[in-house]
Amino acid sequence: MAEQPELSQADYRRRSRRSLLTGGAAAAAGLLGWRWVQTQPADNRIPGVLRNGHEFNENLWSALFRENHQAASFPRSDASILRVNGRIGIREEIDLANWQLDVIGPEGNNLGQHTLADIQALPFHDMTIEHKCIEGWSQVTTWGGARFSDFLGLYQDQLPDNISHVQLDTPDGDYYVSVDIATMRHNQTLLAYQMLDQPLDDAHGAPLRLATPIKYGIKQIKRIGRIQFLQTRGADYWGERGYDWYAGL
Amino acid sequence: MHWINFPLITIMIWSGLRIYWAEDVYAFGIGSWEWFHWFPDWFYESLDLDRRLARGLAFHLNFAWLFAINGLVFGIYTWRSGEWRELVPSRNGLRNAWGVLLHDLRLRKQAPPKRGRYNEAQRITYSLVIGLGALALISGFAIYKPTQLSFLTWALGGYGSARLIHFCVTIAFMAFFVIHILQVARAGWQNLTSMVTGYELQPEPSNAPVDPDGTDPAQTILVEAEAQNG
Ligand code: HEM
Repeated sequence: MAEQPELSQADYRRRSRRSLLTGGAAAAAGLLGWRWVQTQPADNRIPGVLRNGHEFNENLWSALFRENHQAASFPRSDASILRVNGRIGIREEIDLANWQLDVIGPEGNNLGQHTLADIQALPFHDMTIEHKCIEGWSQVTTWGGARFSDFLGLYQDQLPDNISHVQLDTPDGDYYVSVDIATMRHNQTLLAYQMLDQPLDDAHGAPLRLATPIKYGIKQIKRIGRIQFLQTRGADYWGERGYDWYAGL
Repeated sequence: MHWINFPLITIMIWSGLRIYWAEDVYAFGIGSWEWFHWFPDWFYESLDLDRRLARGLAFHLNFAWLFAINGLVFGIYTWRSGEWRELVPSRNGLRNAWGVLLHDLRLRKQAPPKRGRYNEAQRITYSLVIGLGALALISGFAIYKPTQLSFLTWALGGYGSARLIHFCVTIAFMAFFVIHILQVARAGWQNLTSMVTGYELQPEPSNAPVDPDGTDPAQTILVEAEAQNG
């Protein structure tokens, strides 16, 4: 007991009382703080402070992000057909033969239109990566397609320098994601039209979807109908429903 | 800091389980026969953990910073103040701890000797819990940013295994909470006040009256508060 000072009864009582008071005050402050967080006005369905926290995290991790950060690759033999989780935005049948991709500038101006053949004409890349779902499962699969950065190259001259986000929508507009430009430029971000060397089927987002291991699955939109370059954050289906806008991995 | 840990870890467990609800994959069993599924439905329902993934994440990934900062301050303090010496188990600690266990289960009358503030069972447990906290932090960041912090993810055997570790840590924390609270409850009110104040009244061998001025060193070792307060 060498380090513990010995106390008199009166001293002990005084200390107990003081500890009880500070302890009680701290507990009360904690509870009030907790109530305060819970009753904050909501910002896109979560308490405002937590939304600010998400944005703090986004600023931090995107500032630390470097182009050469690579998500782990896996042997081809580990890959399997991805589990199907979401159908929002792809519930209606579409005529694949008539599908086309609209490209739109920051002012809402039409920049171009593409068929699948146009995308397939860009250099082909494939990757075997771990797909991660925000709900808590992950699976290794192989994507094949064009790098978004190559696609971006087609439009570079027509775009202002300060593009910060790309918003992608399904043809029916039911599902939409906004992704920061650093992620879109990353060499593991593909406009994918193949899974395990086969053309995408409907449930996996035929004819063209986004695939990137540095975002959760919620950002990897299926059946892209529209791509818009933005100077602001844009709209995001799950972000508006309480999730983190960044959703980076 | 001890008292900040408790609500913080509770919040981390609570929000973590809201995340886990969205995809509760871990179960014990053989083949398709499932003996125990983490967790049964009644568990989620009774704690309001279901259908709250987005909110769970919002709490989890923001309070993670508070948990990390508090853990860091706690670590630095324990190290700088030399208090870690109170926590390091000794070489024959296991035997002593076994004695404590038998004593606690009332299978043995005599409590094994304490060395300093904590007995060996406490030393082992508290050291493990601190390790657990560190593991929660490391595995948490490993599944939070597996690309940017890929060395952490790799060190824990990949994303899937880091996630399993993260979950096991949660279960271990929950088990520790239950046992810790039971033990403190059993040790009695006196012990609880000493946990809060950081000081403990030593039971005095004889019933000699106490000098209220506390001048006589032999008598400043106090008798139990209850006995005194009559
Ligand atoms: C006492 C500390 C902690 C406890 C008890 C805890 C508990 C949990 C639990 C139970 C889950 C769900 C596991 C699953 O679905 O497989 C989880 C997920 C997670 N935790 Fe923690 N955690 C703690 C600290 C941390 C820290 C410090 C971080 C660091 C950022 C963190 C980051 C994460 C992430 C990123 C997920 C997965 C989110 C998702 O996949 O959507 N955790 N945690």
